[in-house]
Amino acid sequence: MTTIEFSVNGKPVSVALDNEDTPLLDVLRNDLGLMGTRFGCGLEQCGCCMVLIDGQPEKCCAKPVSSIAGKNVTTVEGLGTPDAPHPLQQAFLDEQAGQCGYCLSGILISAKALLAVNPSPTRTEIALALDGNICRCGSHNRILRAVEKAAAVMRVRA
Amino acid sequence: MNAPVLPGPLNDNPRLDLWVSFPESGKVTINTGRVELGQGVLTAMAQIAADELDVAITRVTVRSGVTDGMPNEGYTAGSQSIQFGGLAMGQACADVRALFIARAAKILACAGDELAVRDGAFFRNGTATGQDYWTLASAIDLSVNASGLARRKASADLRFVGQSSARSDLPAKIFGDDAFIHDMKLAGMKHARVVRQPNKGASIGTIDEASLRRAAKGAIEFVRSGDFLAIVGDNETAVELAGAAAINHVTWTNVETPTPLQQEANWLLQRPVIDRLLGPPEPSDAQGKQRFEATYSRGYLAHASISPSCGLAQFKDGHLTVWTHCQGVFPLRAALARTLKLKSDDITVRHVQGSGCYGHNGADDAAADAAVIAMLTPGTPIRIRWRRDEEFIYEPKSPAMLVKVRALIDSAGKPADWTAEIWSGNHNGRPGGGNALLAGYALPDQEPLPQANEVPEAAGGGATRNADPLYDIASKRIVHHMVTETPVRVSALRGLGAMPNVFALECAIDELAERAGVDPVAYRLSITTDMRARAVIEKVAAMANWQANAPGGNGAGRGIAFARYKNRAAYSAVIVDLEVDEEIRLRRVWCATDGGLIVNPDGAVNQLEGGVIQSASWVLKEQVRLDGGTASFDWDTYPVLKFSEVPPIDIALINPTSSDMPLGVGEATAGPTAAAIGNAVSHALGIRLRDLPLTRERIMAALLKE
Repeated sequence: MTTIEFSVNGKPVSVALDNEDTPLLDVLRNDLGLMGTRFGCGLEQCGCCMVLIDGQPEKCCAKPVSSIAGKNVTTVEGLGTPDAPHPLQQAFLDEQAGQCGYCLSGILISAKALLAVNPSPTRTEIALALDGNICRCGSHNRILRAVEKAAAVMRVRA
Repeated sequence: MNAPVLPGPLNDNPRLDLWVSFPESGKVTINTGRVELGQGVLTAMAQIAADELDVAITRVTVRSGVTDGMPNEGYTAGSQSIQFGGLAMGQACADVRALFIARAAKILACAGDELAVRDGAFFRNGTATGQDYWTLASAIDLSVNASGLARRKASADLRFVGQSSARSDLPAKIFGDDAFIHDMKLAGMKHARVVRQPNKGASIGTIDEASLRRAAKGAIEFVRSGDFLAIVGDNETAVELAGAAAINHVTWTNVETPTPLQQEANWLLQRPVIDRLLGPPEPSDAQGKQRFEATYSRGYLAHASISPSCGLAQFKDGHLTVWTHCQGVFPLRAALARTLKLKSDDITVRHVQGSGCYGHNGADDAAADAAVIAMLTPGTPIRIRWRRDEEFIYEPKSPAMLVKVRALIDSAGKPADWTAEIWSGNHNGRPGGGNALLAGYALPDQEPLPQANEVPEAAGGGATRNADPLYDIASKRIVHHMVTETPVRVSALRGLGAMPNVFALECAIDELAERAGVDPVAYRLSITTDMRARAVIEKVAAMANWQANAPGGNGAGRGIAFARYKNRAAYSAVIVDLEVDEEIRLRRVWCATDGGLIVNPDGAVNQLEGGVIQSASWVLKEQVRLDGGTASFDWDTYPVLKFSEVPPIDIALINPTSSDMPLGVGEATAGPTAAAIGNAVSHALGIRLRDLPLTRERIMAALLKE
């Protein structure tokens, strides 16, 4: 049994595991009960499991939890709540940016990472930043509009 | 006076309490047999019910997809939820409202037409009567059958229908809540993975349990019945590792090894078929007219749902409960009863949302996996989640299709006789009929199944869907060769045969226009008297500022295509601008759609643009590869359209507040988009490509041939 400590959405957590190579995604969902980060492929291809690790967007479905000891993880639950939504979440609601919505957690995280380094992205820049996230329903244009809208709101607030 | 004809689903489930109840003061619950697949159907049903009952939409709770106490509406499929299910819901609510009005009138000693309903309360001459749905509910028996006599609201009186309504299911998905079946947890639940039978008829050879336990790095158990083998444990990571390792530690006999030749549509030409002729026989001579013939094809497609399928089940006290994201809880219950040798009454199936399915993906099979394991481990709740490769390899595929179009052209250059000759596997591989749940192929003592039947023409057809052109052609027929053996399991994907058929016929129409020397828009209008068809074609041409006879052949092209889905749902016309060198880059898409009265305009637009994008992905990228097995098993080997490859799309709805009946829109754009891309590529290159997908290899080969 190995104990690994890190922080999730600003709170310290400690997990004890038989298998220290357990993917971070499994730990988030099965040990910490944070179901917002979704399983899509387990192959770091589709982006459903995107989280921020020390501020960097990373797919966590194949990332051994041991590799993030001492680091800060942000998941979609750390963005906002219905009472206090993150500007991205508000913009996604406003634009009805999604169909099945399974990809949205990862897309919101990728978008947050983009806006942290590029507060005024073009449509092309947003699209390229989201190329690591697959949307199968075809909500792409709504999602791009929502990110543009959130960026504008965040620029005013900044 | 004859009794009114009830809408189909209401006729099948006439008891009003199956549809509507007033469970607590100020609340209305409606039950729909249609399930949420990410298409927004629950929101649209709430809009319809709120209008017909005259209550605020916030009072309406929508339940769906349970096999107990709810209408059985079969599958949520075929763009029929609003066109048929919505019609049934609206009539059920109107009939309920009429029963309450009659009761209130009796109590108030007035005529029913003196009463008005405002947000659930009854008013007489503008004055509150003190009666509302909830004061009257206990006195009204809703276990009666719908009469169909109540008048539906006139379109001018609709308050919620016709307004864009925010989707009720989206917030949970934007805030990372437990929105999906994958997020369900039951007390004492164990995780499971199936060691998948490679194909029907394959048998387990050896099982190296010790190696699988080592691979798991945690405790696992084995559960087996015949050739159905599962790995079960408390720790999901352990069962996942063991499940993935099983390919190396479990051997099988009688394994089929499909070849790359079999992945191509023209392989179908050599297979056993069941033939049908729909329409008059083909004329034996050309009657002095010019002949046109061309062959179009498309390979096998995957649904490629973003989440691998998931199912939960528990067998407790003789009752099996199954949680699933499938499209039809009642048909699944029937298939489970047959497979597990249980009575239907001993099974409850509950729908919980999954990711978009676009048809018959692995959802039913995953539910069956969970159910089989639950039956073998009584009392323990079982959760199974397929791996990514498992979903790609074992989900039923959309059949490859080959379509030959033959036409006789009159002296004006217009088609006078039309034949669509189709080779395709069956688009109706859903459990039931002649098809088993996957687990059923591995379990012992299963009943033999009859030959599976294709979707009947009365339901829009399967391989023949949209093969009949809507244009004014004097003589038309479909020759359908249903291929009875396919190298992969096949079933329903969004639109069934509509995409390959519309691709074939609308590319052929462009080829005929070119032969006639007529602009493609003008040519279509010259052979179309259907006013709604003309309207969408003219509208999309105006939106895109279509220039008649614009020159092409310089690597930039523009194409148009049109279809009315199933020739009885929504009308859509699409124009695509693109550039081609070695690959195709979509630049912009315009779409005009007439879906009759639109319940939720933003929801409809979302579905239409989703259909455009998914079809573009099919056309530009997608084909399931076979090479010793299914060689498309992840997002690298089965790529789909990326964000940076998606063009801006403009959608216009024609007369969305009209009094015309709602027409299904969810699958309306896929066919026209595919053909518009095909026509635009031809316009750009001056070469016709007739085989999908339009990959770099095919474009290069066509260019080199020139």
